[in-house]
Amino acid sequence: MNTVLFLILFPVIVAILLLVLRQLAVRKFIVVASTIVLIVASIFLVVQYFNTGAVFFEFGSYAINLGIFIIEVILAAIIIFISIKHKQFLAALLMLIGAAATIWFEIAHGEEVHAANNLFVDNLSLIMTIIIGVIGGLIALFSLGYMEDYHHHHPNVKNRVPFFFFIVYVFLGAMFGVVFANNLMWLFFFWEITTFCSFFLIGYGRDEVAIKNAFNALKMNLLGGLGFSAAIIFLFTNANTIELNQLPGLASAVVLLPVALLSFAGMTKSAQMPFSSWLLGAMVAPTPVSALLHSSTMVKAGVYLIIRLSPVFAFVDGGALLGLFVSMVGAVTFLITAFMAISQTDAKRVLAYSTISNLGLIIVCAGIGSYQLVWAAIMIVIFHAVAKALLFLSVGTVEHNLGDRVIESMDGLITKMPVVAVGMVIGIAGMFLAPFGMLISKWAALEGLVTANPILTVFVAFGSAATLFFWTKWLGKIIMIKEKPAGFEAKIPTSEKFTLTTLAILTVVACLGFSLISKYSLEPFIFANYGNTYMLSQSNVAILVMMMAFVIVLPLSLLFHKDINYRPQYLAGTNTGEKEKFYGSLGLTREITLRSFYLSNIFGEEKLFKLGVISSILLIIIMFGVGM
Amino acid sequence: MSGINVWISVVLYIIFAPIAGGLIAGIDRIISARMQGRVGPPLLQPFYDVFKLMAKESIAVNRQQKLYVFCFLFFVIVTGAIFFAGGDLLLAIFALTLASIFLIIAAYSTFSPYAYIGAEREMLQVMAYEPMVILTVVGMFMVTKSFNVLDIASYSQPLLYTLPGIFLGFLFILTIKFRKSPFDISMSHHAHQEIVRGVITEFSGPELAMVEVAHWYENVFLLGIVCLFFASNWIIAIVLAIVVYLLEIYIDNNNSRLKWQHTLGSAWIVALILGVGNIAFLALR
Amino acid sequence: MSYMPKSPWLVHYDASSCNGCDIEVLACLTPLYDVERFGILNIGNPKHADIFVVTGSVNEQNKSVIKNIYDQMPNPKVVVAVGACASSGGVFRECYNVQGGVDNVIPVDVYVPGCAARPEAIIDGVVQALGVLEGKYKNMVKVAK
Repeated sequence: MNTVLFLILFPVIVAILLLVLRQLAVRKFIVVASTIVLIVASIFLVVQYFNTGAVFFEFGSYAINLGIFIIEVILAAIIIFISIKHKQFLAALLMLIGAAATIWFEIAHGEEVHAANNLFVDNLSLIMTIIIGVIGGLIALFSLGYMEDYHHHHPNVKNRVPFFFFIVYVFLGAMFGVVFANNLMWLFFFWEITTFCSFFLIGYGRDEVAIKNAFNALKMNLLGGLGFSAAIIFLFTNANTIELNQLPGLASAVVLLPVALLSFAGMTKSAQMPFSSWLLGAMVAPTPVSALLHSSTMVKAGVYLIIRLSPVFAFVDGGALLGLFVSMVGAVTFLITAFMAISQTDAKRVLAYSTISNLGLIIVCAGIGSYQLVWAAIMIVIFHAVAKALLFLSVGTVEHNLGDRVIESMDGLITKMPVVAVGMVIGIAGMFLAPFGMLISKWAALEGLVTANPILTVFVAFGSAATLFFWTKWLGKIIMIKEKPAGFEAKIPTSEKFTLTTLAILTVVACLGFSLISKYSLEPFIFANYGNTYMLSQSNVAILVMMMAFVIVLPLSLLFHKDINYRPQYLAGTNTGEKEKFYGSLGLTREITLRSFYLSNIFGEEKLFKLGVISSILLIIIMFGVGM
Repeated sequence: MSGINVWISVVLYIIFAPIAGGLIAGIDRIISARMQGRVGPPLLQPFYDVFKLMAKESIAVNRQQKLYVFCFLFFVIVTGAIFFAGGDLLLAIFALTLASIFLIIAAYSTFSPYAYIGAEREMLQVMAYEPMVILTVVGMFMVTKSFNVLDIASYSQPLLYTLPGIFLGFLFILTIKFRKSPFDISMSHHAHQEIVRGVITEFSGPELAMVEVAHWYENVFLLGIVCLFFASNWIIAIVLAIVVYLLEIYIDNNNSRLKWQHTLGSAWIVALILGVGNIAFLALR
Repeated sequence: MSYMPKSPWLVHYDASSCNGCDIEVLACLTPLYDVERFGILNIGNPKHADIFVVTGSVNEQNKSVIKNIYDQMPNPKVVVAVGACASSGGVFRECYNVQGGVDNVIPVDVYVPGCAARPEAIIDGVVQALGVLEGKYKNMVKVAK
């Protein structure tokens, strides 16, 4: 239990230290040291609770609850103040309602509320711990070099790096809190802190767009937060419990509505369809923020909660219908955002849409909640976290070297910045290609959905096709062999290089070791919760591993095959003799430029967005209807 | 199937699939020629072509493209091996997708305008047929309750009776997969020259031979899936495959190529109506 | 005996032809002559081709193009100059902008006479080219050894 507390509190202490000690050298030391400590502590926790199953800790007292309450009120006051200052009255109103609900609940029931177990650890928490500890730590490390560059590239932005790191570390602590909390009020507390952190980080640039998007994110997440507090109040007044692990045991009359509300909160946090715009807007923030909050960790809090609720969908009377509509929201999101990603030219927006899309798929799986689908959902969480963090950070590095982050300007990245490009190839391959990580999960998802609800496989079929298209398009751009422009020299700070390499290696290791991850951490968890477990068949695993080995080993042949009979590209006979140049009309010498399909007539953002918003809102309304 | 039988069927597949595929290509060329009032090449012409290509000088725009083309061939063979060993159909489909991606990437890596357009169109084709392929597998699972090719093949009733919509939908995308008109937008076997040879523009000599052989393997695998629809009686299954292939040749010779919008649109509409319709029918039954 | 002559793929380039020879080249593909009987394909891509069929004379504009297409063909390869213009410059020989036959730019293996060259003559020329191709291939193998 000490490790659990340590993981929650240590980042907060580091955060305060970083806020106080503002010298660069000190910051560097603290960040490097704390990253090591975080990673070691996360691994230690895994070792400690590896085979124990779910372990619950009572740990808690009235004093702690009161402390949490006071911090919540103070934070709410700060947010209301900032909102009013920026004339964002809707945000202020939402916060006010939320705070009022919290205060009312505290006054009315504060002393009766008692959770038998406030904290707990099980295999899912452990997986999340590793994701937060290792990836979060690495991202903090990456930020060291990145933020210097960032201010170099954005001279107008006021340098508030200590504040940046303060928020990042507070956020890490809160994330640990989210995955360890069993008491819903504690969970809600950490949940709201992640909302506030993301608000501050999106608004880091303090320009008009950043502020607008930050408030947009805040509003949507506060709305979800309202759903969360409503769920707590309803649960406590009707079922007299506020413990997460009690939910599947409750009668359907009292549990369905709060679960619908919690799912709603999860959807806002995971930027599911009507709320997807906040995650897109969040892309104005510095890239490590995108990687940390908006792809690998914070948005995972939403799906984490829904995965936690999946036993309710699976086992409680009437839960299946509720779960089906939760799944439908995920399915619509998965499909529509995958389509929208096709029309995006900005690399970060592609990543954002693909993130939302994958979260949608996780929710599809968690909503049905069969053991096989939960297996798939958790697998997607793992692979998505590593690969996406890698991709986001790579895009950040590329952006600083090329001057923009448009996919079109990544032509021939492999010759310009080979190390980063190889990392990106690994990341992209990990996101959609057989035999790598995501595909294994998608496979399991497909298998699970066919038995559970074949109509949902239709969404997966079309969504995967679109996924294939936008990833391959990007992959092709990176992999082109193009002459390096004269004088181009990539500058990559050591901290960035280290992080990228580590993440790339982690992605490969996760892909290679998926069957071990499944065997030692997923299967016991799923067996404990669902009484049955999913396993890939031995022969399929063997084939997959063989395929992976080939994909990894074959490129090595390039090292031996050095000489080729070089002939330039076919350019209808008009090559000038210089590489990649041809005679255009009037005898002008032109360079080859290649532009991709974005199909905005078919997959245009606006049209699809409207369609998605309308259908998902309808589905959410039906979901609440089922909940009641 | 026991261990040793699996390996025998894999080895048989690796040896005989290209022979069968090459013969099919030869017959295809003769029939096409007859449909156009010509005599056509000898039956073994595709083999002559491939042997000639292997003897030619190997030239390339860069070193990487050879690797990717080799991976394309390799994973196409893996696809068929999984299929004919009676393995997981879904896994075979994924391996085939991986192979197609390698071909696309090989074209991309050359940084050649014609190969690039070919690659983009090839990607559109993949996007066009992928949903229907997955729905086909889903439909087969719904009937037979297994993803295993062996179980599907030994199902007591012909799948064609319960999956007519899916069969027709699969036929439709088969035109794309065989690279037949009207959907041969990324490359074609005829001399349409507005994008030169599309995806394969920059491959020559032995590399091109690998692409050709890969297509033979791929075609045999695809006809294998067609056979699955009538697997309970293997004679009828083979007749079905032959009829399907003749139909594709007929379609090929009676259509000019369409724009990519039509490829994508029609393939998805067919998948939605025939594929999803059939699945919905099975689910509600 | 190699497979070289059994599957000749050709790339056809119209240098500055009046289209007379071009039409006759394409006529070879029609049912009447059907050169696919011999495995001949008009492949349209130098990187796939074995035989380079040029019609028309060479001028400043297309000199580099002919050279480039020839260079892009993988060995072994042969060149067939079809028609009077391609062979020698023909009636345009004395024009201020015309340089003469194709052999001014690249080595030509077979000359097909005629204005326009008849399809029979073109097929005959291509078949002769196959002999040259085989010879070049043998030579290539010998050098490689």
